[in-house]
Amino acid sequence: MARRQYRFQVFRFDPEKEEHPYFSSYSLEMDESQTVLGALMEIQDRLDSSLAFRYSCRGAVCGSCGLTVNGSLVLACRTLLSRLPRGIITVEPLPNLEIEKDLVVDMSPFWRAYQEVRPWLHSLDLAPDREYRVSERERSRIDRFVNCILCACCYGACPAVSQHPDYLGPAALAKLYRFVGDTRDRRGYEHLRRADGPQGAWGCHDVFRCTKVCPKEVRPSDGIAALRLRMIASRLRRKA
Amino acid sequence: MHDILGHDVIIAGGGLAGLRAAVGLAGKCDVAVVSRVHPVRSHSVAAQGGINAPLGNHPEGKDDSAERHAFDTVKGSDYLADQPAVELMCQEAAPVVYELEHWGVPFSRFPNGTIAQRPFGAGSFPRTCFAADRTGHVILHTLFEQATRRGVRIYEDCQILRLVSSEGRICGLAVFHLPSGKVVGISARATLLATGGYGRIYERSTNALINTGGGIALAYRAGAPIEDLEFVQFHPTSLYGTNILITEGARGEGGYLINRMGERFMAHYAPDSMELAPRDIVARAIQTEINEGRGFADGYVLLDLRHLGADRIKNRLPGIREICMDFAGLDPVEAAIPIQPAQHYSMGGLQVDQDCRSPVPGLYAAGECACVSVHGANRLGGNSLLETIVFGKVAASTLSADLERLPPPDEGPLREAVLELEKELEALQRPRSDGIPYATIRDSLRETMTEKVGIFRNRDGLEEAVYLIEAMKDRLKKVALPGTSSSRRFNQGLLNAYELGLMLDLAEIIAKGALRREESRGSHFRTDYPKRDDSRWLAHSIATWTPEGPSFSSWPVAITKYPPKERTY
Repeated sequence: MARRQYRFQVFRFDPEKEEHPYFSSYSLEMDESQTVLGALMEIQDRLDSSLAFRYSCRGAVCGSCGLTVNGSLVLACRTLLSRLPRGIITVEPLPNLEIEKDLVVDMSPFWRAYQEVRPWLHSLDLAPDREYRVSERERSRIDRFVNCILCACCYGACPAVSQHPDYLGPAALAKLYRFVGDTRDRRGYEHLRRADGPQGAWGCHDVFRCTKVCPKEVRPSDGIAALRLRMIASRLRRKA
Repeated sequence: MHDILGHDVIIAGGGLAGLRAAVGLAGKCDVAVVSRVHPVRSHSVAAQGGINAPLGNHPEGKDDSAERHAFDTVKGSDYLADQPAVELMCQEAAPVVYELEHWGVPFSRFPNGTIAQRPFGAGSFPRTCFAADRTGHVILHTLFEQATRRGVRIYEDCQILRLVSSEGRICGLAVFHLPSGKVVGISARATLLATGGYGRIYERSTNALINTGGGIALAYRAGAPIEDLEFVQFHPTSLYGTNILITEGARGEGGYLINRMGERFMAHYAPDSMELAPRDIVARAIQTEINEGRGFADGYVLLDLRHLGADRIKNRLPGIREICMDFAGLDPVEAAIPIQPAQHYSMGGLQVDQDCRSPVPGLYAAGECACVSVHGANRLGGNSLLETIVFGKVAASTLSADLERLPPPDEGPLREAVLELEKELEALQRPRSDGIPYATIRDSLRETMTEKVGIFRNRDGLEEAVYLIEAMKDRLKKVALPGTSSSRRFNQGLLNAYELGLMLDLAEIIAKGALRREESRGSHFRTDYPKRDDSRWLAHSIATWTPEGPSFSSWPVAITKYPPKERTY
């Protein structure tokens, strides 16, 4: 693979010390098989150790490094330099979340929304002596939602989140459907009610930006649509 | 954050072992988890192939049992594992897998609705339970869900700097709180380390970038004996270039290893087990092919899945396919995968008994950072997830039982440690004209470990490694940070420089331990001593800290049912 000179402009901001954000420019030679995360590590290691960003697995499974690269919401570790257009590469934090420092955002609203949907299997809490029987077909129905790595790219992309900070957002709702669609889950409507309103499934603007940016093809908007159907069905059932 | 926090139990590490222990302790005592990343970012998330349990769901696995599982594990360990601990783990395997399933783990299924199982290396039966090739991901997320349900307190973005002792026992941790840039003390009646492995002291590793082994090194500095650290697992199949893991499940599903001549070369090394021989044997076979010129130019061989067909690859190995497409630009449905061995796992770690107690009062350990020892000289694929869950659970019950004889400690030493560390970090951050950037030292450490303390070892190489590591420790005194910022908040560079000393400590124990052990056993292969030597070395190595470097001694292996025999596959 060829080595080339790359130029980066990276968003910098320490809200405790600085009044305004700014961009730092870096120029470095990188192998084009390297990733944007690799370049950030290189900058931190060789040029400026104070540059802050989140990372862990470097293999697109841990969900740490969701960032805005040239205006697109991506995992930095999965974004190969060879696949970016020539010219300056701009790296910014995820939108819709407060900046902690540089590229590190405060994820607490995202985790609060996650907690809000009570994201655990609601089942009988018995000491099991065998597994529940589940068919591959049943399992595969929730497979996409299970694959969510909670990187918050969808949360950053969501126009409803930017307008209504109380809105749970695509990842939390997709997570809720991961359980509602699980044949082992026994949650009743009272556990759906919190999501059955403008803060939940009905707050989605149906513009599918979550589905477009998701690096794992979770398609949160499908989960939201499926939740709405469940909610209507259980309302009808309760009226009948 | 306050400067001093207090809990009954503090768990360092939010991966599988740490979360399983936290879930077991929640509601029984005041427990908190401290982690350098959010728990779902822990390296456990990257585990792919599965978790072993003799459920007997596979049509060919009807006769499987905990005893067979234990025997396979002991034989795989090259008879260095402690057999009562192995038996405990295998007895607990089925119950913990059912428990995980009831907590929501979406395992793949057989047509009758039971948990699917696939064959893995050196297993006599197909006993590896899996969720496609994302088993670590689904178990970690499920345990985090259970921790959320129980309201477990989690301090994320906190990196441990020191295990603090008071009156001969561990009384808590000093951590760097990244969001404030401050050193914070966490006082605890008991401390459980579940900090994982140290892959990143090697150049080629499947491990996450955060796996620097700090937990093990800090325990060593605090006086905990470190066991069998020379046993480093090299995974046979990491993706050439990035060294991202390509699961053993790919061979379990039927993948072939092919050299440049198009030959299934495992026939020469393990004619019965072929690609499903234990990892140490397959990794050495691949490296031999490469070293003897039968690999491809830059040092790799091929893992060929094409004959499995698109459906099987897409259903059973979707994560592998995604990794190949994202990072190597190839689709394994259409092309063979270039792979090479890479550091993967640490069999060694803090010496603990089978109740997870270390010899240091107040200190416990579970998961990869611990050495029980259930893996001996070589771990079987599918046994690491099992170890984290079983011993995370065991640690929880040990801790709840032990707490009553561990009163709240005196916070004085913790306060002193916080002040000392504040000064130490300040000094580290001070600009210096003769400074050596941390990355320069770190990169030569990684190169040294991969080249001289790797799959094949010998006296000359190991002596050179020891010499180089000692020289690096010297150069570390001048370590410096590139750039000029004085800010402490989220100063990851500062932590990188700090933990480099810890990485060097571990490298020293591994290299000196490998030099001392004049035999070949499991993952530890000495070209100058190519045979196992039970008369001298059927023993664990124990390293303890001294100001002059690690001091070594031996510890007996617990052998009950399975007398050592020659390993053939």
